[in-house]
Parts: sequence; structure tokens; C-alpha cells
Amino acid sequence: MSDDFGFFLLLLSNGVLVGLMYALIALGFVLVYKATDAINFAQGEFVMIAALVVAGGLAAGGMPLWLAISLGLASMVAFGFALERVVLRRLIGRPVVAVVMATIGLASILRGIGPSTLGAGTKTLPLPIREAPFIVGPLFIPPIQLLGAAVSLTFLSAFGWFFMKSRKGIAMRAVADNQQVAMAMGINVERYFGLAWAMTGMVSALGGIIWGNLLGVDVNLSLVGFKVFPVVILGGLDSIPGAIVGGLIVGIVENIAAGYVDPYVGGGTKDFIPYVLMIVALMVRPYGIFGKRIIERV
Amino acid sequence: MIHRECGVLKTSYEADMAFYPLPIARWTVAVLAVLFFAVIPLALHEYYLSVANLVWIAVIGALGLNILVGYTGQISIGHGAFMSVGAYTAANLATRLDSPWPVNLLAGGLMAAAVGAVVGIPSLRIKGLYLAIATLAGQLIIEWTINHVTFISGGVQASISVPRPRLGSMVLSSQRDMYYFLLVFVVLAIVGTMNLVRSRVGRAFIAIRDQDIAAEIIGIDIFRYKLLAFAVSSFYAGVTGVLYTYFLGIANYEQFQIGVSIDYLAMIIVGGLGSVLGSIFGAIFITLLPIVIRLTMESFGGLFFAPQTVLNLIPNLRLMLFGALIIFFLVVEPDGLNRLWRNIRNYFRIWPFAY
Repeated sequence: MSDDFGFFLLLLSNGVLVGLMYALIALGFVLVYKATDAINFAQGEFVMIAALVVAGGLAAGGMPLWLAISLGLASMVAFGFALERVVLRRLIGRPVVAVVMATIGLASILRGIGPSTLGAGTKTLPLPIREAPFIVGPLFIPPIQLLGAAVSLTFLSAFGWFFMKSRKGIAMRAVADNQQVAMAMGINVERYFGLAWAMTGMVSALGGIIWGNLLGVDVNLSLVGFKVFPVVILGGLDSIPGAIVGGLIVGIVENIAAGYVDPYVGGGTKDFIPYVLMIVALMVRPYGIFGKRIIERV
Repeated sequence: MIHRECGVLKTSYEADMAFYPLPIARWTVAVLAVLFFAVIPLALHEYYLSVANLVWIAVIGALGLNILVGYTGQISIGHGAFMSVGAYTAANLATRLDSPWPVNLLAGGLMAAAVGAVVGIPSLRIKGLYLAIATLAGQLIIEWTINHVTFISGGVQASISVPRPRLGSMVLSSQRDMYYFLLVFVVLAIVGTMNLVRSRVGRAFIAIRDQDIAAEIIGIDIFRYKLLAFAVSSFYAGVTGVLYTYFLGIANYEQFQIGVSIDYLAMIIVGGLGSVLGSIFGAIFITLLPIVIRLTMESFGGLFFAPQTVLNLIPNLRLMLFGALIIFFLVVEPDGLNRLWRNIRNYFRIWPFAY
């Protein structure tokens, strides 16, 4: 095995792991879109706030880890419910730009609240796993990425099962498909909207814990949210397998591109290639690989 | 207000579509013109004039974005990037070729229009949320390109200093000069937009916004008009970028990041989608918001917090209030400040009667 091939394998494995971690964030996005037909431009800020709560609980509150994590999960679930209740319920039936702007406004609020209540400095979010990477041949695998990928796969399959098989999941899909018909069938649409936002809060909290451990917790953690858009566009906005596939594609492509192109352009390829990929995807297959095609008739 | 609309009989379509059906409205415009061209620039201090200049720049940008989002119904989160295209085109022309500002202004606008039309191409196949994300990608790609291609950005810190615009032998360097310079373009932009939206093109835009499939069926070339909307809107954005560059004396990519795109979206939401007056209100409101917050906190913040906390709090408070306002307007008054203004006006128009 030559060095070149080893380098390629290293980039590939890293891409796969990072991609699965992107998929975890993208899952929050897909859950909301699947159930409510709304897009959450504040996904990255959700992740940031969750991580801040956990890190803040660990640092300032001196809590044990399990308590801090449960606090993070609980507060994000409550936040999801409250958000739906206070803001998004009133925007049902409004044009798309209204929902987009509401979540952008929300993102702005969260960016202001986070640093001003929990401190602006970068916090660490220590998890009780070893820091030294596993070295397998040419591969170089940090345990946190392995954990992230595992959590991601677990939750992706759990939610996949939830939507396909469980009663609530099927009701949720019905709500997403046609709100009026769902209401006529006796489904409490608003409750499922709340549930969807709460589930997103939970997934964001998990993403926040893992990404926060990896990158450190401050306002910049919310930039992870920008990676979500290429991931979900490639996979399809309303598809859970799409989140995995999109995450893998984005992770692998950006790592390989960064590995080979960065030396020539002076860095930053990672922040650029996913969007080019996304534009191409939008041109070729606008609704993503697994996305639901929207057919319109007069 | 004080005038009555009794005995108004319109006998032609032109009369019905007239901007100022009543003489008093024309007088109002004349008074406003005197106010803005003579009274304000002579009465205000330089600092307040610089604030007014920022507002004028924002008005042009908001008008452009409102043509795209408010009138045509195409979401764009890439407005800031279109501005940067205009700004860097003008800055490069000015420093490399030493070309005069009218050429730079036009070139910046046209370049932005071209880039905007390209970014708008996905709008032909996708709409709504997908389009919002596509324009977001456009924003990030343009930002990255300007930042990383040294030919465009001029190397260090991606900033190019630009000479002040000159009129004949006069160099427009003071805030008062800039005020007049910008106000001319604001008037052009307002008149241009008002006439555009009631022309054939504007009606086509509105038809596309209201029901694009129906618009296509009645014979509107969606392909052409959607791209035209992107081009016109980006032209305004490009001009805004150029004017901003001349205002600052420097083209800097940090002035055109994604936050700026969001600021402009906020302007038209808070002001009122699909309304010229709303764009103006929104631009004033969103531009003044951070300034008012800063002044308030500097004067009164010390009463409640330590001085260091106040400094830390100001940017965060701005973010929070900004987001809260957007959400407030979306939930409570979706038609924005323009609607509030109309309500007040209608109340007084029929006063003292209730209807």
C-alpha cells in the first residue's frame, strides 16, 4: 500500500465519520421539515445553545456529566415545544418567506442570548472518553468521532423506524403530507408540530454535546449549522436516509477536496466545496437524492 | 389627513393609476423634497448626516430586495453578496483604471446584475425553501471567492481603498457632499421602483408572486421575468455596494457578509413586503436600531450594569432585539410598518367619523 493510497484512505475514513456527524445535525432539520414543512435556519444555533447549556452546567453549576446532559436534553425539548407554541403556530399557512425569516430571527436571538447569559469565552465540554486516537494502519480515528458516528447512526435508524412503523410517526407523516386531511382524520396537528420541534431540540442537544466536545463551545459552534444545508439538499429535505447519504457525500467530498486542493489555494476549501456541490445538485436533481418530488397542477 | 377626497371622479385608467390624484399629495412631495434637500442637510450635524447617509444607502438596497422578494416572491439570502460584487467591481475599476465614478457605478450595477441573474437560475426549477438555500449557497460562494481570489480582493484583509467621487473639479469628501450625492440616487431608485412595479414588467412580477403557474398560463414568460427580477434586484444591490464603497472610502468584504443579507431581509419584512414606502420605513428602522441601542445603553446602561458589562451587552442586545423584532412583526403585523402607517392615515382621513 503506497503512501498516496494511505492518505486517500485517511481522508475517506475521516470524511465518513464527519459526514455521519453532519447527518446527526441534518436529522434535526429533516424532522422539522418532514412534520411541519418548515425549514429551520436556526439549526446551528440550536446546537450551540444546547452545548452551552451542557457546558455551562458542567462548568458553572458543577454538575455531574449525566445531570448536565439530561438538563441540556430537557431544556432543548422544552424549548422546542415552547417555540412551536409561541411563534410557529401563528405562522401556519403563511408564505415561505415568513417561516424562513422567523427562524432567522430566532437564530439572531439565540446568538445574542447565548453569550450574554452563559459567557462569551470558549468553554470545553469534556466527555469521559479517551482523547488519543485509534491508529489502524494508515487510519487515524479520534474516539469522539467514532462516538458521534455511532450516536448518529443509532438515532437515524430510531427515527427512521419511528416514521415508518410507529403510530405517531405515521400520523406525523400524514400531517406533513396534508394538514387539512390530517385534521379531518382526527389527528391533532398542532400537537405533532410541537412534538417535531421537541424531537429536533433533542437531536440538536446530542449534536451539541458531540460537536461541542470536538470544537469547543462558543458562538462559532453555530456555524456547524451552515453545513446542514448542503447535506439536506443533497439527500432531500424530507428524507432520513437522505440525511445519512447527504452527510456522507458532503463529509467525504469536503475532506478529500481539502486534502488535495488546500495546499494550492491556501486553505478554506472545506467551507466552499459543499456549496458548489449543492448548487450542482440543485441544477441536476432539485429535490435531492431521496427527496419527495413536488408536482404542481393548476 | 387634512384633505378630503370628495368629488373625485376618475374617467381614465391613467387617472386611476396616477401617483398623486390630489393636489395636496403633490404639495406633500414638494415639502418633503425641500425638507430633505435643503433643511436637513443644512441643519444637521456631520455625525447625524453620516447616519442619514447610511439610511439612504440602505433604502436603495431595500428597494432592490423588495422588488425580488416582495413583488416577485423569490426569496434571496444573497443580497449582501450581490452588493460585494458591485463594490469590488467599482473598487477595482477605480484603482486599476482610474475610471470616473459614473462608469464604476454603472459597471458595478451591471456586474452585480449579471451575477445575480446567474444565481437566480435555480429559481426556474425550484422555489420557496429550496431557492432560499440556493441563494444562501450563492452568498457563501461569492464571499469565499472574493476573500480567496487576491486579484479581486486586493490581498491584505480583502480591502481596497477607493478615491472619493468627484464632480467636475469638486471632490465629494464631507458628509454633506455625500448626503446630496446619495440622495440623488435614492430619488432615482424610488422613482424607478415605483414606475417599474406599475409597468408591464412589474405586473408580470406580481403575477408570478401570486400564482406562478397561472401566470405562465396567461402567457407570462416565467423564465425571462424571474431572471429579470433577479437582475434588476441585483443591479440595485450592486449600486448599493458601490455607493457604500464610496461612502466608506474602502471596499471591505466584511461589510457584505451574510448578516447584511439578513439585515436587508429584515428591513423589508419590518417595513412591509411588496411596498416602496415599506422599504423606506424598514431601511430607516433597521439602520437606526443599532445606533439607538448603543446610544441608549451608553446613556442609561451604566445605571444598571458595570461599564464592562455594558460594552459586552451592546452587540448581544442588538442581535436579540433584531431577532425579536423580526418575529414580532411576522406574528403581529405581517404587512409591516407600511400597514401601520396606512392604518394611521386612514384613521385621520375619515376622522372624526368612524367609517
